[in-house]
Amino acid sequence: MRSEILKIAALHLKPLLLSLSLILLIRGHNEPGGGFVGGLMAGTAYVLYGMAFGAEKTRQLCMVKPFLLIGLGLLFALVSGLLALLLTGGAIMEGIWFSIPVYGDFAFKLGSPLLFDSGVYLLVAGMLMLVMLSIMEEG
Amino acid sequence: MLFLPVILPLAAIVLLLFTYRMKRLQQWISIISMSAITVQAVMIMNRVVLDGPFAAQAGGWPAPFGITFTADLLSAILLLATGVLSLIVTVYSIGFMDDTRKTAGFWILIHGLVTGVNGSFLTGDIFNLYVWFEVMLISSFVLVTLGAERKQLHGAIKYVVLNLIGSVIFLTAIGLMYGQTGTLNMADLALRLRESEHTGLINSSLMLFFIAFGIKAAVFPFYFWLPASYPTPPVAITAFFAGTLTKVGVYVILRFYNLFVVTDLATWQIIVMIVAGVTMVSGVLMAASSYDIRKILSFHIISQIGYMIMGVGIATVLGLAGAIYFIVHNMLSKTATFLAAGLIYKYLGSYDLKALGWIYKDYPLLAFLFLLPALSLAGIPPTPGFFGKFFLIYGGFQAGAWTITIVAILVSIITLFSMVKIWNEAIWKKIPDESAARQKNPLPLTSLWATIVMAGLIIALGLLTGYLSGYFLEAGRQLMDVDLYIRTVLH
Repeated sequence: MRSEILKIAALHLKPLLLSLSLILLIRGHNEPGGGFVGGLMAGTAYVLYGMAFGAEKTRQLCMVKPFLLIGLGLLFALVSGLLALLLTGGAIMEGIWFSIPVYGDFAFKLGSPLLFDSGVYLLVAGMLMLVMLSIMEEG
Repeated sequence: MLFLPVILPLAAIVLLLFTYRMKRLQQWISIISMSAITVQAVMIMNRVVLDGPFAAQAGGWPAPFGITFTADLLSAILLLATGVLSLIVTVYSIGFMDDTRKTAGFWILIHGLVTGVNGSFLTGDIFNLYVWFEVMLISSFVLVTLGAERKQLHGAIKYVVLNLIGSVIFLTAIGLMYGQTGTLNMADLALRLRESEHTGLINSSLMLFFIAFGIKAAVFPFYFWLPASYPTPPVAITAFFAGTLTKVGVYVILRFYNLFVVTDLATWQIIVMIVAGVTMVSGVLMAASSYDIRKILSFHIISQIGYMIMGVGIATVLGLAGAIYFIVHNMLSKTATFLAAGLIYKYLGSYDLKALGWIYKDYPLLAFLFLLPALSLAGIPPTPGFFGKFFLIYGGFQAGAWTITIVAILVSIITLFSMVKIWNEAIWKKIPDESAARQKNPLPLTSLWATIVMAGLIIALGLLTGYLSGYFLEAGRQLMDVDLYIRTVLH
């Protein structure tokens, strides 16, 4: 019998962990954080859910299979490496930067490193889910 | 362009992940991507032959700061050999591997392995080299255990533990080297080591490197993981390992020895020669005493590694050319013997010499497919094995390295003995009575053709040696010419 406390906690912690993981991902550019820890946190959110409700339910909850997440992450990383080559004809793995003006002087500065980090985020989250869910189903 | 041999398999991995469980499609993707990698290797080879060695910088950062990829003739030759080898093994696996393993990520992992191997051949940065080693090792860890049979896991534990220790030693050596010189770029490092006065410190880090690569290349006394783990996974996987993994170790020893060993040359030479000699002898003796085809062939890998290391120790252009030729010969012949052993297994259902027999009578083509690479390994002319040993032994006599050369000749004879043993037991002898009723299975066509193509390549390499030897000598010359390497990377 699974604990009701754990179930309720997991239910409420999941969105919190997911949004925190996104914050970690974005602030990783200049401060501690980044794709790897972010991905771990996102994966943990689902693992916690799985501990409370079982692996079967968690699989239903995730819209994409872990394998696709890993593939998508690798694709992001690959594209971020090739971006300079494709867009400006620069060297491979060269950074590409552009800014999106929002209001006045305020603008989003985006670059290919963020794309790479998102790739790492997806890959790590997918990997963690894949490993943990398989272990849960066997146990 | 120099990054494509790494990017292509990575892109293939992405595609394979998206087409997970689509069996037929995955096979086609694998064949196409391996072909593309081979074509790319031909293009790099072409450019190196025409314009000499060249380099590329990742991210556009100039040389000692960014990550450099360099291709000289040695790298190009090995890239091409890896490309051809992986294409053939891929085709072979289509018929050979069972469906469970195919859908459990076999294609993805084999691409991961190719990524790591190609990266190791091309990189010009010691930390980056470590990364490619890890890519290669992680893929091979999973490949060794793929299918999770009890025997496999048993072998895999030794494989994983010893290789992880190797990685730790490698990383320690990188740290020490970086601490002393402040650079990771191989060309820059070679330049600084010449001017450095701390020879004791440098030699100790180089010894750590030698141990780390010795573990990967399976030289004496670090080879124990190889006979424990290689015979356990399906033969297609072993064949691929035999053709690539240990050869990467040898390649790195070749490269490092020529770039970084600048002091105490005589001592280093003695150490390398002793390691080479003992590796040769102990490998072949253990092979002669085994009765499982895969075990015999695995011990042979070790013995053959000894020959390559001997070329490193001779350290003349001829010796190095011999070592490079020997690596290529081994990538083809060794893999071909494993592929043929796999076919024998498919045909009669066993690897045990005692249970096999009469293949010559029942299936002469199969007997020939095994005989050819076996003779090549033993060094019978006109197979490439003969020319490889000829280069090495001629180079050895020329350099006055009498002892090791005589050892090499004697080891050849024992190699021939153990190959003849497989021949006698599995192919020539009458099949033992109790298994006479065993049914003979038809061979998968793709696997058969892959092995035939491999045999064709071995014959071609042997017959074209006269024409190709110029390239191998040039590769040896480029390898020795440290200034050329430094110029290529830093300017």
